[in-house]
Amino acid sequence: MLHLLKARLKHGYQAIPDPLTVGIDPAFPGLPELARDADLTLLNELCPTQAFTPQGLDLGRCIFCGLCSRKYPEMITFTPNYKMAADSREKLIMAPGQTALPKIDFILPRKFRYSFALRSVSAAGCNACEMELGASNNVNFDISRYGVETVASPRHADGLILTGPISRNMADALAETWQAIPEPKYLILCGACALSGGLFAESEASDRAFLKHWQACLYIPGCPAHPLSIISAIVSIMKGS
Amino acid sequence: MLKAELNYSPCFEPVQPDKLGSFLDRLSELATQGFQPLAFWGTDERLIYALMGKTGELELLCTPFPENLHYPSLTPLFPAFQIFERELYEEYGIVPINHPWLKSVRHPLGGSVKIADYPFLKSASKLIHEVGVGPVHAGVIEPGHFRFLMQGEIVEHLEIQLGYQHRNLLKMLTTGPLAEKMPLAESIAGDTVIAHGTAYCRLVESLAESSPQASDIRALLLEMERVAMHLSTLSALAGDVAYIMGQNLYAALRTTVINSTLSICGSRFGKRALSPGGVNYPLNKTLIDTLKAKMQKCAGQIESTSEAMFACTSLLSRFDDTGKISREEALRFGFTGISAKASGIAVDARADFPIWDYPGFTVQTESSGDVYARAYLRYKEIMQSLIIIQKLLDQIDPSAPILAPVKELTPDKIAISIVEGARGRIVHIARSKDEHSALWYRVIDPSLVNWQALSMAVAGEQVSDFPLCNKSFDLSYCGSDL
Repeated sequence: MLHLLKARLKHGYQAIPDPLTVGIDPAFPGLPELARDADLTLLNELCPTQAFTPQGLDLGRCIFCGLCSRKYPEMITFTPNYKMAADSREKLIMAPGQTALPKIDFILPRKFRYSFALRSVSAAGCNACEMELGASNNVNFDISRYGVETVASPRHADGLILTGPISRNMADALAETWQAIPEPKYLILCGACALSGGLFAESEASDRAFLKHWQACLYIPGCPAHPLSIISAIVSIMKGS
Repeated sequence: MLKAELNYSPCFEPVQPDKLGSFLDRLSELATQGFQPLAFWGTDERLIYALMGKTGELELLCTPFPENLHYPSLTPLFPAFQIFERELYEEYGIVPINHPWLKSVRHPLGGSVKIADYPFLKSASKLIHEVGVGPVHAGVIEPGHFRFLMQGEIVEHLEIQLGYQHRNLLKMLTTGPLAEKMPLAESIAGDTVIAHGTAYCRLVESLAESSPQASDIRALLLEMERVAMHLSTLSALAGDVAYIMGQNLYAALRTTVINSTLSICGSRFGKRALSPGGVNYPLNKTLIDTLKAKMQKCAGQIESTSEAMFACTSLLSRFDDTGKISREEALRFGFTGISAKASGIAVDARADFPIWDYPGFTVQTESSGDVYARAYLRYKEIMQSLIIIQKLLDQIDPSAPILAPVKELTPDKIAISIVEGARGRIVHIARSKDEHSALWYRVIDPSLVNWQALSMAVAGEQVSDFPLCNKSFDLSYCGSDL
């Protein structure tokens, strides 16, 4: 018992007082900013996921590997802004000169304002997004303070948070889990693989047909998505941003 | 026979195929001498390769695909081959005759068995009932299916079916220029970014006959990854037996460690950090000092948390004697990493095939082979890694170059790289085709061989101890599904 008290005292207070406003290490590559004259074709040649479209950088595809910003720092920088999410895939494109993502308009019905239960499905995620999702509810980040919990059964869930590019071998299990969630239900995509297939978009072993049938209400970029990105995104659809 | 010395990632001319008979005889001979199969696989050249290794020694041999695609299985005498022979069967239809458990492993596209039709072991006994768990689990974890044959509360048999995470990664590594596959290598297992990433980088550098810069920063990141992963496992183990204080303290400590990794490269998992030729981000003096102070403080906190946890009798009564793997079993099945070291086998790539100099490094082991051994060993490895981290931080020169250009690959060479990740020995092996791409690329994550250990550990245990046993091994799904 004395050991335990000693250990506890050495740790002090661990929770982040306000995960919605807390600062982050400047080394963190968050929301990118493209120079107005950035050469998108040149940048796309470097990009392992071809995330640069003629309109700008698609955060749904970006894996934040930093290849572009290390080679052409005058064209693109990643700011430490972790608040990156959108309620549609189209809104995730950062055009040259743009400094913020459009506001998230989607808001859950009022009854989910203080309680939102999610079922997590990993469909060929590499365990980085999964661990960050787990970390969102650890003693530091503590997403449960907002009434968000990850539940063991889809029957108890209000929504599904998907990580991974969806392998062919997980396609049925994902569809069945989604089916088992009672209405009304909401789909959240977390991380570059879930959003676009990421590095595995072209893999023969991916099967993303599920997303042709079902529309997500929230898209959280990252490789993996940072717990602070996950928390701010989910809270914004519960309470409005 | 290749002899390991420091900086060990050999690159050599392709080996000449042996006749099937002498290939199998040599494998048996080596296995009898204490060599383990580090890898055993088929390639599109219609060759079966085997990489055998023991402390400081490696032997690579190969043979053409046998006529009629049949050969006598090695598994009955040397069970360490079991999973490799199943892979060979699944990928090329080569049947090892008398293999006791010839089933598919990953269910790749075009395979003979769909994942939904997997032939589980059944029992006709009325005393036995079945419990199925997964692929979607209660927690936030990767998918896999566990099928228990139960007698009352006791597990008679556990069959583990994987393949849900299969992403066709090995084929993707051979499509396009090999030196541009860094992000893919980081995604082999997203919790083992540095270990797999280092193995990949060393392989590319070896094929290109380039020597990398900033090895000490790589070594630092690798040890930090080990500390973070072990903390994550200890946190989950504490949580599984409702020791909530331990769960939270270890989780908070892991946050500190991975946030320190973020301060180096921008990613809590070490993504972005490595590149063939060196590392992408330098360490300046201020950062080195901050890291030293943070890791020093962490060491004290981990010590006090662990002293408290491993003195808690209610926790120990769950950990002790649960999920035992004997030394004999671990040797026969060729387990690696924590799964072997906790059963008293001193196997660690940092000592066996060192790519860096770890002065005075001794392999940490435990002898009881149970959940306690695997947990306590993680604590010992954390403390050992923290000492290595301090030494590395002392020796890193902030003004040293961090990235050397990597030349083109030398065509038609084979290279091997071996790295000790948090879970055990990671082996990457590839053959270059031309100046840019690989003919084949093979990745062996320690989880691939170690899943069998979990099956064996829970046999005879109560099913309620399954989560605890599972976590004590803490294996990777995507690392073995690839």
